[in-house]
Amino acid sequence: MASLIGSAVRRKEDPRLLTGNGCFTDDIKLTGMVHAAFLRSPHAHARIIRVDTEKARSLPGVTAVFTGLDLAGKMKAVPAMWFLPGCDLKPKDRPALATDKVRYAGEAVAVVIAENRYVARDALDLIEVDYEVLPAVVSQELAMQDDAALLHDDVPNNLALLWKAGEIPDEVFADAEVVVKQRLYNQRVIPSPMETRGAVAQYNPGSGEMTLWCTSQNPHIHRLIYADVLGIPETKLRIIAPDVGGGFGAKIATYTEEAVVACIAREIQKPVKWVEERKEHFMATSHGRDEVLEVELAGTKDGRITALRVTNTANLGAYLSTFGAGCPTIDFGLMVTGAYAIPQAAVVTYGVYTNTTPTDAYRGAGKPEATYQIERAIDLFADKIGMDPVEVRRINLVPNDAFPYNSAMGVTYDSGDYQKALDKALEIFDYEAFREEQKEQRQKGKYLGVGFSTYVELCGFGPSAVAGAIGFQGGVWENSTVRVHPGGTVTVFTGTSPHGQGTATTFCQIVAEKLGVPLSDVELVSGDTQSVSMGWGTYGSRATAVGGAAVSLATDRVIEKARKIAAHELETTVDQIEFIAGQFTVKGDLSRSRTIQQIARSANYAWNLPEGVEPALEGQSFFDPSNFVYPFGTHICVVEVDEGTGEVEIKRYIAVDDVGRVINPLLAEGQVHGGIAQGVGQALWEGAVYTEQGQLQSGTFMDYTMPKARFFPPIESAFTETLSPVNPLGAKGIGETGTTAAPPAVVNAVMDALKPFGVAALDMPLTPEKVWRAIRSGRDKE
Amino acid sequence: MAHQAEVSMKVNGAESKSVIEPRMLLVHYLREELNLTGTHIGCDTSQCGACTVLLDGDPVKSCTVLAVQANGKSITTVEGLASKEGLHPIQMSFWEKHGLQCGFCTPGVMIAAIGLLNENPDPSEEEIRLALEGVICRCTGYQFIVDAVKHAAQTLREAGETKVAMADSMKA
Ligand code: FES
Ligand code: FES
Repeated sequence: MASLIGSAVRRKEDPRLLTGNGCFTDDIKLTGMVHAAFLRSPHAHARIIRVDTEKARSLPGVTAVFTGLDLAGKMKAVPAMWFLPGCDLKPKDRPALATDKVRYAGEAVAVVIAENRYVARDALDLIEVDYEVLPAVVSQELAMQDDAALLHDDVPNNLALLWKAGEIPDEVFADAEVVVKQRLYNQRVIPSPMETRGAVAQYNPGSGEMTLWCTSQNPHIHRLIYADVLGIPETKLRIIAPDVGGGFGAKIATYTEEAVVACIAREIQKPVKWVEERKEHFMATSHGRDEVLEVELAGTKDGRITALRVTNTANLGAYLSTFGAGCPTIDFGLMVTGAYAIPQAAVVTYGVYTNTTPTDAYRGAGKPEATYQIERAIDLFADKIGMDPVEVRRINLVPNDAFPYNSAMGVTYDSGDYQKALDKALEIFDYEAFREEQKEQRQKGKYLGVGFSTYVELCGFGPSAVAGAIGFQGGVWENSTVRVHPGGTVTVFTGTSPHGQGTATTFCQIVAEKLGVPLSDVELVSGDTQSVSMGWGTYGSRATAVGGAAVSLATDRVIEKARKIAAHELETTVDQIEFIAGQFTVKGDLSRSRTIQQIARSANYAWNLPEGVEPALEGQSFFDPSNFVYPFGTHICVVEVDEGTGEVEIKRYIAVDDVGRVINPLLAEGQVHGGIAQGVGQALWEGAVYTEQGQLQSGTFMDYTMPKARFFPPIESAFTETLSPVNPLGAKGIGETGTTAAPPAVVNAVMDALKPFGVAALDMPLTPEKVWRAIRSGRDKE
Repeated sequence: MAHQAEVSMKVNGAESKSVIEPRMLLVHYLREELNLTGTHIGCDTSQCGACTVLLDGDPVKSCTVLAVQANGKSITTVEGLASKEGLHPIQMSFWEKHGLQCGFCTPGVMIAAIGLLNENPDPSEEEIRLALEGVICRCTGYQFIVDAVKHAAQTLREAGETKVAMADSMKA
């Protein structure tokens, strides 16, 4: 029988989702449930003079209206959970509801509770708020200037943090043979999972227990933070992430609305539901990226990179979000040298408060920005020394014999074969033929371009001691219990919390394969703090590398125990027992055997257990990885730019990814496709646009371009498999490869296509207008 | 109190009758009144298509239709696709081809695909991509959705179905 690990089985979660029997947060309906709607500030920066809720309160169907003052003393502000040391961090918590001042357009100032969502919305219109509008500041660079408006009185220059890692003397750049300097803007994007945020809270006044269903990627983190915010012990606060309709980082953060809904459910002793509208999602759910990157690369004329220095001026938005301090510093900074053996590197990050929606992790969180600057810089370097961009990459890629590789930024890349992934991608592509065609087509006035991205990223954070050293207020280990029931079926518990990844399939594949039981006999439980003892959730491509490893180890414990029972029943010693495909057999005597199901029954009945073996058949593992994992690969993008309209068409997209052990190739490829669509989205179409006054202009799907099916050709995806030594599966993590690799591959391709026009650099998104203007001004120069 | 309107429609083959506020959207009627929560709401500007249902056999965005406008009409939601014999070919194809990840967009996407296959039983890759203009999926990058639609088209053609069989609702 073929191994289940590595097999493209259909997903276990699909039948319910395909038939409309999923249960998303908005699908939950409780007896007596009322509905919440938030009144949000229309101003980016204003003092709140007066909030009058009288008329709203008297509207028939309205249960209650709360302002920030009404909630004072009932709940705390919501804090961040990443307090990076050594950077003079000035964390600013999100107030439950704004009381004295609003700091971004969309910040909540009041909440209506009503019998249904229509009435709740009606009542919002009846609340009167007097604001004294203050000057707003949107750009992080302007916000740091001395005359800029201050968001928080005790944060001079709006500077929330200043982080430095590494130092390179100026002489290194002054004496270098070649220096490339470029300013790049990695623009603000809006995660936009198709399910917005939402929460349903139910409080039991008798027991004091609170159940909060919410759209969470990490219910245990939500419990940890909200327990303190709400003053409810963890024993009495149950967080359930039901089916969650995508997250992409946006559902990691602990926001205020979910906690407010719980707080009010306790106040009014009725279940309360809140479902974010899409236009609220645009304003009130964390945004991603928004980093101004100034990169300086030194090298030799023959293509060696000798030093890299990067300054990142990052827009944190109005408050410090959950992982907000970590994304532009640790997540970004540690990976600036990318897949290249660059001997010296240094990073400076400014984290700045502005009158915008707080920023936090978005699929990749810091790594896409790091990859973007190095992959763009390499192309600029190649241009400057007149060398092929593939050749420059080849010269500088970390060689195979250097692993585990200690980078200049002080991290250790676990394993890799970077040239192999590059070779495989080039083989699929046929580079030489393309350059020929490019030349021919240019004669005909058709502008083709190719872009490369030989990326590496860091995922599966660990060990927890490192998390502590970098100020993350939590652990990064993962937990799993594997429970074999008396009848032989298996329940697997995980502290990761899937929201589209297919974990209910992949984790069950691991267990079914190891135990030798049918996949249909194994079920996964996740996303409920009452069922799963502890865990840290799904983000940072950690689910398989850390959570899957815990599942694998917990299964090993089950087998270990079962082996003892089998040996006892078969009247032999443990070392005489072989376990293959669900059968415990005495070595050399096939007639003496027990199935895992038989042992499950024996273990659970406990009529005849060996000395010292406790009843039941269950294993638990708490896996704390020894290091991060480093997936890598090569993406190649081919574009055609329309000279007349500036439109960019993706002609081919080749992705060779190495994510270590692949548990399910079908699901792995799905992750690759989705990530690439989002990465190409950032490169070409997506971008949050604010007015100078802090109004979000790209605040609906009419104004914010989401990638559509017709924007893409079929993606050509392939894998190489270099196992990670960091976990027992050898897995590396896959969720963020596309958003990390794609933006520079696409932008490099467009810049390559635009070479005949002498266009040097353009910032994402490369909209037709931007490209058309660049072509025109390039031509004007001629 | 706002005035009330009576609506009746056939949903997935079953007659329903309710007294509702005239401003109630069809999607809320299905989800809140009839507890058919398989149809989702992904936006408030008629862009995402998560709410797509069949109204008298044609795909419509149920967030953009008032429940009263559907009065007397026949509706098929995702709950009406499978029959006692099992999953509808479109559901089967999405399963086989991994056309869904989080599954939030999926009911609307499948219904939109049925709309396409009813008009064009043998669409090209290009035609499928164009036909999906009205739906947004953030998870899949669309490729496996396209594969699923292609596969469903083939299955249906091989089964000799000219019009995509629609739950009991349309047969009834
Ligand atoms: S909810 Fe109907 S189109 Fe988005
Ligand atoms: S599967 Fe998640 S939005 Fe389409």
